[in-house]
Amino acid sequence: MATRTRPSVGGGIGAALWLVVVAVPIYYLLATSLRGPGDYMADGPLALPDDLTLDNYLNVLEVGFLRFLANSLVVACGSVALVLAVALPAAFAIVRGRSRALRVAFLLFLLGLAVPAQAVIIPIYLIITRLSLYDSLTAIILPTAAFTLPISIVVLTSSLRDVPGELYEAMALDGATNLQAFLRLVLPLARPGVVTVAIFVGLNAWNNFLFPLVLTQSEENRVLPLGLWSFQTQYGTDVPGLMAAVVLSTLPIFALYLFGRRHLLGGLAAGFGK
Amino acid sequence: MRTATPAERPGFAWAAPALLFFGLFGLAPVAVVVYLSLTAWNGLGSPQWVGLDNWRALPGDDDVTRGLGVTLALTALCWATQTPLALAFGTWAAGHQRARAVASAVFFLPLLLSTAAIALIWKALLDPNFGLPSQIGPWIGLPDGNVLGNRSLALYAIVLILLWQFLPFHMLLYQAAARQIPSSLYEAAELDGASPLRRFWHITVPQLRHTIIASSVLILVGSMTYFETVLLLTDGGPGNATRILPLHMYNQGFIAFEMGYASAVAVLLVVIGTGLSLLVVRVTGYARMTSQREGM
Repeated sequence: MATRTRPSVGGGIGAALWLVVVAVPIYYLLATSLRGPGDYMADGPLALPDDLTLDNYLNVLEVGFLRFLANSLVVACGSVALVLAVALPAAFAIVRGRSRALRVAFLLFLLGLAVPAQAVIIPIYLIITRLSLYDSLTAIILPTAAFTLPISIVVLTSSLRDVPGELYEAMALDGATNLQAFLRLVLPLARPGVVTVAIFVGLNAWNNFLFPLVLTQSEENRVLPLGLWSFQTQYGTDVPGLMAAVVLSTLPIFALYLFGRRHLLGGLAAGFGK
Repeated sequence: MRTATPAERPGFAWAAPALLFFGLFGLAPVAVVVYLSLTAWNGLGSPQWVGLDNWRALPGDDDVTRGLGVTLALTALCWATQTPLALAFGTWAAGHQRARAVASAVFFLPLLLSTAAIALIWKALLDPNFGLPSQIGPWIGLPDGNVLGNRSLALYAIVLILLWQFLPFHMLLYQAAARQIPSSLYEAAELDGASPLRRFWHITVPQLRHTIIASSVLILVGSMTYFETVLLLTDGGPGNATRILPLHMYNQGFIAFEMGYASAVAVLLVVIGTGLSLLVVRVTGYARMTSQREGM
């Protein structure tokens, strides 16, 4: 599309309108989070906050928000680690292996893409309670990892398919085993795919609402999205506090957007952006 | 002299952990949910076999029949709003002009927020007393400003919020795909004197049809996840105006603890979700398409 340098008037007007639709709630979020509780009632929703305060943020931190943040971090890192630990060797075998069983395995993963997590939440609840994992962070990590696994395998296999077979043959000449090829060839070359998968899985775990809602209960194991919800039910009238909590819960992702926008967007569209 | 032995090939064992893990948490639940739909289970103890009882009760459940209608309406409205706008803004954002890059950076901001965060922001923004409607409600013929508490408006409000949340993701898909379209196609059309609108319609849209299908399927399958937004915003209300089927399943399973019956609703959801996607793929002939670069 590089040749289309003429400005498109229709597109420009539409885009400007949508820009307003996107910007108003974001502005509302930030402005409200900085408003004093009295100002929230007195000012209109979109008024410029005249009296900026960080009190809302301090209040949110006092009601155990850091705990939720830490829990979310554990869930995100745990899910990413689990997915990468099983998906990388599987992707290597699917790309390089010759057995029929591997082809069937890949097909099963592709089939798994079509299973909606929401619709099987009851059997997942059953399995988690039978494993005595109910109300633990592990209970969130396991299904989160399982439901992000198919796309992760698709992304990793497609990035490993680009590795020329000669590289493996050259390593075999030096007497390298599968394990050595995996460690010294596959792992370094799969790096772009690994970044995409890590972001995709991490964001999914960070934002997931349903699994924590159904599989955990105690405040001790509460993750951020549930923490936001319980904040709203507990302190319903403290909207500035709630907005501050929302901003805090988004800060890590926002940092990622600022410093690795390309990677973040790639991870979001993992498996579909091609 | 050393002969070149071909490199060793990894065996099935390398993929076994992934498959076992996925089998337990991803595939087995599909079979288990079918089994559970034939039982009565309150979430504790063991499920009791009841045969087709749950299935017989489904057609008589007003929340199922009505919920099905609301689910289909919500899905259709989301598709009809998200697809054309994502296509238009995505191709617009594919241009490399500076203004477009800056605008896109703002467009993508909702991607950074979780479903819970977005639902809670909008709930506060639409608050009848302190939110936007308290100011502009009277102008648009809504004196009490209670958008989410209005039977006929609540569903449209949810459609708008879901559009706000998911448009950037689909834009991203279209933007990436539009950048792959060879510029020679546009140059040729320009030589032929084709207007921008004609170029969009006769080059961009056909070239993006794979993306249109992929994005549409994602919207259809993704309509299951809308349940979280509905739960947080209206909890199915007012009355049952926004009680979509996944929410009914959740309420039956985890509020009323009728897990067997909820599983029957869940099976229905799996069938509808997969059925709709297969239909789209079939009708649009995705399987028959061979080349994405036809005419090159």
